[in-house]
Amino acid sequence: MFAYLKKCEPPSDDKRWKIIAASMRKLGNERHALIETLHSLQQTFGYLDKSGLTYVAASLKIPLSQVYGAATFYNHFTMKPQGKHACIVCTGTACHIKGAPELLKLIAALEGIRPGETTPDGEMSLLTARCFGACGLAPVVVMDGNVLGRVTTEILQHRLREAVPSAR
Amino acid sequence: MLAEELKAVAAEERSIRDSTTARVNVCGAAGCQSLESGALKTALMEATATQGYGPESCAIRSVGCLGLCGAGPLVSVEPSGVLYQRVQVSDAPDIIAALNGRPVERIHLPSTMPFFARQKRIVLENSGRIDPERLEDYIAADGYLALTTALSEMTPAEIISAVHKSGLRGRGGAGYPTGLKWSTVAKAAGSPKTVICNADEGDPGAFMDRSVLESDPHRVLEGMAIAALAVGASEGYIYVRAEYPLAVARLKTAIRQAERQGLLGNNICGSHFNFRVHLRLGAGAFVCGEETALIASVEGKRGTPRPRPPYPAESGLWGLPTLINNVETYANIAPILRNGGDWFSAIGTDHSKGTKVFALAGAIRNAGLIEVPMGITLRDIVFEIGGGIPDGRAFKAVQTGGPSGGCIPEAFLDTPVDYETLTKLGSIMGSGGMIVMDETSSMVDVARYFMEFCMTESCGKCIPCRAGTAQMHQLLGRFANRNATRADLALLESLCDLVRNTSLCGLGQSAPNPVTSTLRYFRPEYEAAFAGEGGE
Repeated sequence: MFAYLKKCEPPSDDKRWKIIAASMRKLGNERHALIETLHSLQQTFGYLDKSGLTYVAASLKIPLSQVYGAATFYNHFTMKPQGKHACIVCTGTACHIKGAPELLKLIAALEGIRPGETTPDGEMSLLTARCFGACGLAPVVVMDGNVLGRVTTEILQHRLREAVPSAR
Repeated sequence: MLAEELKAVAAEERSIRDSTTARVNVCGAAGCQSLESGALKTALMEATATQGYGPESCAIRSVGCLGLCGAGPLVSVEPSGVLYQRVQVSDAPDIIAALNGRPVERIHLPSTMPFFARQKRIVLENSGRIDPERLEDYIAADGYLALTTALSEMTPAEIISAVHKSGLRGRGGAGYPTGLKWSTVAKAAGSPKTVICNADEGDPGAFMDRSVLESDPHRVLEGMAIAALAVGASEGYIYVRAEYPLAVARLKTAIRQAERQGLLGNNICGSHFNFRVHLRLGAGAFVCGEETALIASVEGKRGTPRPRPPYPAESGLWGLPTLINNVETYANIAPILRNGGDWFSAIGTDHSKGTKVFALAGAIRNAGLIEVPMGITLRDIVFEIGGGIPDGRAFKAVQTGGPSGGCIPEAFLDTPVDYETLTKLGSIMGSGGMIVMDETSSMVDVARYFMEFCMTESCGKCIPCRAGTAQMHQLLGRFANRNATRADLALLESLCDLVRNTSLCGLGQSAPNPVTSTLRYFRPEYEAAFAGEGGE
């Protein structure tokens, strides 16, 4: 019983696990460190996978089911590998009435992906966000960390081509 | 830092500031930053150098939000007070050349326009005036004066009584009297107590808290420290959204600066008062704005609300008494202590005192952040300050309170804005998001949009909210596709009633608001969607 609790070794000798261990240690390896640790896990590896979650569960002495529960509860966390480029379309109220749905339709037409999906070649992930708080510039798209304001379908098409030259 | 040292820093900072003949302030908040205000600042610095200005004659500073986000990037010039809008990097030499002459006409933004003239700034008094990454700037603007006064001259009871007298109510939306909350936590048994700042601004279309944190982070820290002193807490948490990286970065900087100067940490300002502030990042769950869910999330759990009582004031974080207030509430504390509760309560209406920050967006000319006295009419906000609807379209509705609020039509635009009147109209004050919609917006679509939001954001704990919002969303889909029936409308109305009355937390209880308010004022739009009647 609770055999997984004993195993606290990182899943591989990848040096990046030290970052995860440090962020847990910073909060005393207590269970309240869970969400901060998941943030650090996702920031380091790009997404949450089973080995990472098992490691965190064992280190913080939380049942894996509860770690999985938290990881799937929060929208910010993803358990799928992400594409090279991330395109996040804001779907907040201001962006919605200023045309965010058209932007999503455009990406679906150009790249064939819906929110939460990644192109088969692993080039581009499409995500949506609830609101970046830049409503004065609606509609807003965040492309690889750069916030773009007052985005029209033409601008978006141009930016997509820039990011992924193979796109039509 | 002691009170005298604080005054010395403030005096020195002011004298440095007064010795420069001109100061050019570039907005460095998230909105303008995305419009490349960083490159603009560099260009302005180059322009000052090439035009022969030294650092003592012209200072280029990065400041917080200047308000009119829709016309960004914004630049302001002191002491002349000239404002520039939509400034391009290529405009930089002209702005510097015009420092001692007439403003550059093509980008000039008259500061006499109602957008600026009609505002009353308390929470945002430093926003756009100080560099949020410099503690000295905040100190020069009377920063931390209220904290040192509270530490040396006031008892906790006196602090609470000042807040009580001010009539300040929670700015997160529900409007619970702040003084009352503070005295409950102060009286509660149990230790250590905690102070939490709710910066999980999940309401789409609201960006007041982001702006305050990005423009004046020390003000929030000072308010929290005063609150901790008043209720007897020694630990503080700020729960901030991960979607606001700039606000997080500026908060981290501010906490580090304040700790280094002894304004946070142990023995604050040489007293026996200890207070440490920790940051916790949200992870994109709207329900975490609810206080018990937020506390669960700080504890590292899924953010699901729990029944109240016991309220967090008695049993909050780790089961101990916890004070939890919104960013804007804390931002009001320092000025209240500096100027007295009576000064604050003289502003506003009978039951809603002070000012409120609103994030004005949507179909409106002047989109941005405004702070107005309570009691101002919606018409003044939309048509005077907001400048009305662009593209010659007609006003249709203004949406307040986000997914928990409602749409207010033209007929009620002359209503004064306060907590009670907005509730009476079927909306809520909410945290301050205000989305203006023109005639092209379909109210059924708006209701469906918010229902989709509530459906995906429901934490799933109670069935009425989890299943009810999904059912309502499906029904609203029929209206959107114009194949609804009269029975659908009746079912929708009964579901609104059911979800409102049987959900545990605010998310479920208020989820029907967008539907009921649009049904109340725009019922014909729903009836036009009956299959074979008003439809195609």
